[in-house]
Amino acid sequence: MATLETRGLKRHYGKIAAVDGIDLTTAEGELLAILGPSGSGKSTLMRMVAGLERPSGGDILLDGRSVVGVPARKRNVAMVFQSYALYPHMSVYDNIVFPLKSYKVPRERWKAKVDWAAGVLGITHLLDRRPGRLSGGESQRVALARALVRDPEMFIFDEPLSALDAQVRHTARAELRDLQKRTNVTCLYVTHDQVEAMGLGDRVAVMKDGHVRQVGEPANLYFEPADLFVASFIGTPPMNLLEREAETLGIRAEHFRLVGEDQPAGDEDEARFRIRLDQLEFLGAEWLAYGHEERGSEETRVIVRFSQDEGATVTPGRVYEFAVPRRHIKAFDKQTGLRSRAGRSQQPQD
Amino acid sequence: MQEGLPGAPPRAEAPTSAIVDRERALGWLMLSPALLYIVAFVGVPFVLAILLAFSNATVGNPTSFHFVGFANFARILQQPQFLISLRNSATVTLGTLVVLVVLATITSELLARDFRGKRLVQIVLMLPWAMPVSLAAINWLWLLDSQFSPIDWIFRQLHVLGPGGLFGPSMHFYYLGRTDLALASVIMVYVWRMLPLATIIVLAGRLSIPRERFEQAEIDGAGFMRVLFRITVPALMPVLVVALLFTGLLVIGDMATVDLLTRGGPGDSTQVLPYWAYLTGIQGGDLSAGAAVALFLLPVLLAISIVVLRYAYRSEDA
Repeated sequence: MATLETRGLKRHYGKIAAVDGIDLTTAEGELLAILGPSGSGKSTLMRMVAGLERPSGGDILLDGRSVVGVPARKRNVAMVFQSYALYPHMSVYDNIVFPLKSYKVPRERWKAKVDWAAGVLGITHLLDRRPGRLSGGESQRVALARALVRDPEMFIFDEPLSALDAQVRHTARAELRDLQKRTNVTCLYVTHDQVEAMGLGDRVAVMKDGHVRQVGEPANLYFEPADLFVASFIGTPPMNLLEREAETLGIRAEHFRLVGEDQPAGDEDEARFRIRLDQLEFLGAEWLAYGHEERGSEETRVIVRFSQDEGATVTPGRVYEFAVPRRHIKAFDKQTGLRSRAGRSQQPQD
Repeated sequence: MQEGLPGAPPRAEAPTSAIVDRERALGWLMLSPALLYIVAFVGVPFVLAILLAFSNATVGNPTSFHFVGFANFARILQQPQFLISLRNSATVTLGTLVVLVVLATITSELLARDFRGKRLVQIVLMLPWAMPVSLAAINWLWLLDSQFSPIDWIFRQLHVLGPGGLFGPSMHFYYLGRTDLALASVIMVYVWRMLPLATIIVLAGRLSIPRERFEQAEIDGAGFMRVLFRITVPALMPVLVVALLFTGLLVIGDMATVDLLTRGGPGDSTQVLPYWAYLTGIQGGDLSAGAAVALFLLPVLLAISIVVLRYAYRSEDA
């Protein structure tokens, strides 16, 4: 088990900075999810940690030791690629035993170790098969077993679930989480899927344009996004962003509370919004209503979440009044996109 | 949502009777040059060769076409040159292929990487393929000359050759004048000629291996040699087999190299089946015996080709 630390890590391709000064630290046994859209530099960051790419600047420390000059094969960092990269000409057993042979583990310990890793992942019955005859989920387990078998100091997962069917993905996510907690190996999990990152990560680092925009626990990213990008990237649906003269207001869909037309203006802790609902979507456990502010432009869409019962009472095309507790209204500076520290009179912070 | 629904697709124009509209006829028309070529220059000579091999035709009297069964085959089997040629053909071909496997793996590994001057290396590696065989043979005749060989000169400068050298007091190797060295020289020239083709085929296979597999192996702790022998070579197996089949068939059917380099000598030490077939059939005038020699390996090569291609296709599926 190890800790990972990057200090001012940079990678340039010609004039383009793919990774532009990243400082990250993981705790021991932590699963840190690196979340970002494609082109955000998350893959480059991961490849530098694995040793597949040389940094242009900065430092990478594993357990406090700099590993920048250490080749990938000497880092003892295990990686699972998006494609799983199984060796197609070898049996599952030979795939899993491959790192043991490379790392000169004594021959008499191979079988026990492979059996253990295969047992952990429940693929003991597949050991004689070729990768070509495995399903997506089975391939993933083999790749995980191969990563696990050598007692790595660290795991790196590169979008390991994206090649799986939607149905399998859900259980695979839970299993991955369980595996990481049981083995307590520090883990870097790279993904562009915010649901995956939020569901799996002890903490999530959101990347954009080679920079880390925010690092924090999932709930923290969700409720207190540091800037407009994080606000619009995290959550399904993402945060509603309402334009005001000086600031942009961010409000989560579930924080709108329907109030009757005739109800008097609420107490000081609430702000009122009048929203015209254009469409209604039934999602089973809840409703999502797509609309826009009555006073605002139709371009700025507002998504409101209704409970099962409440959704049945509203009609699309009509204007409704909503109350939002002021503590749930986040204000962002229009120029920088960052959170404005002191709220205006409209939204006192608590 | 777009305005309105798309209407029904426009109706096709009524077919005209022009030949370009009649797909079958047009297809055959386009194919006909290729078909004509194959029939005239591959099919007819092939059938003719089979007919000749079972007849008693001679160059002087090619029209006397009497069926003599396997008499020609029986006749050539009794000649001592046949076994020598057969053995030499096998030695030259297998020797060339063994060296080619090693070299083509190395060159493709080299060309799969990025380095300074890669373009130049590519051109140099492909050059032998572009060079006419006669020009190449002249070059090699000079390089392997008994008196003026530059290779000998280099060895003399290194004091490997000449008085006190490892290879005795002789000032020359006489590459084409000694039976063992002559055969080795023929193999060397074949390797030189076939390496570009083999490299191109193997390189295509090498570049189709996903890069992630190599990165995974590196992360799994494998060094260069382990990656090469456990990852690269197994993945290259089908394509190596195809490369060997193609180059092997070219080598075993070739007579120009031996003709220009050694004329089968010294003695019959570099005599190979195609050249002996030529000597017997055309130079010796015994057309039917020549055809029999040429045809001798056909069933064997056909069988090998089928088995090898089957293997290559199957391992691609797996």
